[in-house]
Amino acid sequence: MSAADELTPAVVTAARKPRWSPTFTIGLILVGIHVAIALLTLFWTPYDPTSTTGGRLEPPSFIHWAGTDRLGRDFFTQIMIGSRIALIVGAGAVAIGAAIGVTIGLLAAFATRFLDDALAATLDILIAFPTLLLAMLVVAASEGASLWSAILALGIAMSAIVARLTRILAKRVLQNDYITASRTSGTSWPGVVVRHVLPNIWPTLSVNFALQFGIAVIAESSLSYLGLGAPPPNASWGRLLQEAQGTVYTAPIGAIAPGIALVTLVIGINLLADGLRDIGDPTRRISR
Amino acid sequence: MLLRLLPGDPANTLLSVGADPQQIEAAREQLGSNLPLGEQFVRFVGSLASFDLGNSFISRAPVADEIVARLTVTLPLTLLAFTLAIVIAVPFGIVSAVKADRWYGAAISTVSQLGIAIPVFWVGILLVTAFAVNIRVFPSGGFPSRGWHAPAEALRALTLPVLTLAIVMSASLLRYVRTATLDVLGSDYLRTARALGSTFTEALVRHGIRNGAVPVISILGIELASAFLGAVVVERVFTLPGLGSMLLLGIQQRDYPNVQGVLFVSTLLVLLVGFTADLAQRLIDPRLRDKAGAAS
Repeated sequence: MSAADELTPAVVTAARKPRWSPTFTIGLILVGIHVAIALLTLFWTPYDPTSTTGGRLEPPSFIHWAGTDRLGRDFFTQIMIGSRIALIVGAGAVAIGAAIGVTIGLLAAFATRFLDDALAATLDILIAFPTLLLAMLVVAASEGASLWSAILALGIAMSAIVARLTRILAKRVLQNDYITASRTSGTSWPGVVVRHVLPNIWPTLSVNFALQFGIAVIAESSLSYLGLGAPPPNASWGRLLQEAQGTVYTAPIGAIAPGIALVTLVIGINLLADGLRDIGDPTRRISR
Repeated sequence: MLLRLLPGDPANTLLSVGADPQQIEAAREQLGSNLPLGEQFVRFVGSLASFDLGNSFISRAPVADEIVARLTVTLPLTLLAFTLAIVIAVPFGIVSAVKADRWYGAAISTVSQLGIAIPVFWVGILLVTAFAVNIRVFPSGGFPSRGWHAPAEALRALTLPVLTLAIVMSASLLRYVRTATLDVLGSDYLRTARALGSTFTEALVRHGIRNGAVPVISILGIELASAFLGAVVVERVFTLPGLGSMLLLGIQQRDYPNVQGVLFVSTLLVLLVGFTADLAQRLIDPRLRDKAGAAS
């Protein structure tokens, strides 16, 4: 940040509003690769993910790009399927978190003073607890771990954060004069939400959803690492890493490759979020 | 603000989550879960008030004793990692903001960007691969059975776990310190101080740090709480007998008194940390003190 940037009037900055952002593009490419791989696994994988096609714990070769696991299954195939699982969990958790969170947040913004205070205080307390801990509780409370319970758990844990953000943003929008004007001219409250509140809070919310997507991917891998995620036929990166930890002496590749896949996806998503913020809010560019 | 002073409330919220399957599964009459929900709840809260957390289903040992024993692993792990993370994050965060236009400022920022994308257990696995498998300096896991009666061994066992947790924590903390510093750098009072003749460093130390610390401290509270959670995962990576592994084992064995006990204690700790962070903010920022005084 240079002195010139600080002194630039806001109007000029707004005029320089970037239509194209390098962080956004890099993020889009990284996420795009993972999405492409995930879609590919629906039709084709190098090997059958469940069949043992090689020797046990083979090192990487031209036949098995990332070697084989302790049962002789192709490791690269499993990492590819991991992309699919990570994206499904991330998208599912964000969808659930958004549905519950935005609804509660909007209700709180419209609610009476007392109800709003109660909701806000409850959300503050829930947010003090890390996402993963809440998710662990939901998995513990549901019978047995499955892909669905992991998605549900992360979605519920996420909804508190989304709800609080929605409440704050919506309240800010509702203070505007044009809301009063719109109400006076006969728009119903649901109409106001659809026409004014949601479009105004969407840019900030979407950035948050992207960040939460990344957090959900990390949290899911932690859950499966702890044995609380999707059970074996689903090759989650967390479970791959957990299995590979035991054989790290003989086959270190297994403990490294899934991690690289995970990190590239999360970095891609984070960059995408940063890019969205830059595009949506030009004033933020100054402080970066 | 008022609700933070009522520790019973959030404890109930969380503990009832653990209490639900308990009703379905556990030996009902032994637990008293055949009683009406309200009465159960009153009994439960009553026993919590006297720090009686019940006995484990599996080992029959008092839950409170087990928790105290395991805290001797988790507390040092969390606090050491937390301290180390602050020591790393604060100077590097400030440098990366002040020197944002230099290559090393940008480099620090990029590395921290990488750090927040890495799951804590993978850092642990990588450190094990590097330090326990290739150069055998530190044990890859476990904790001396004599615990802190063998201080050197215990410290050696904790080195890699602390490092793991600290690396991940410092990455996100660094981002916050950086943002706070950038805010300070763009502020009018800093420009005024410079105009009044103080050097850049003087102005930053006298005015910047105090102002920048306010948002960072509230984040520190949340970070310490999540360090606690990170400990759950890290304890699993290094097979440490801490609170986190007790929680996991409890969940796997459906040993609900243990799960409840751990949750109760961690809830207390989270609230305590939040409360302390609030107090610390007030000490630093007189404006918060005035506002609270006017409101009450």
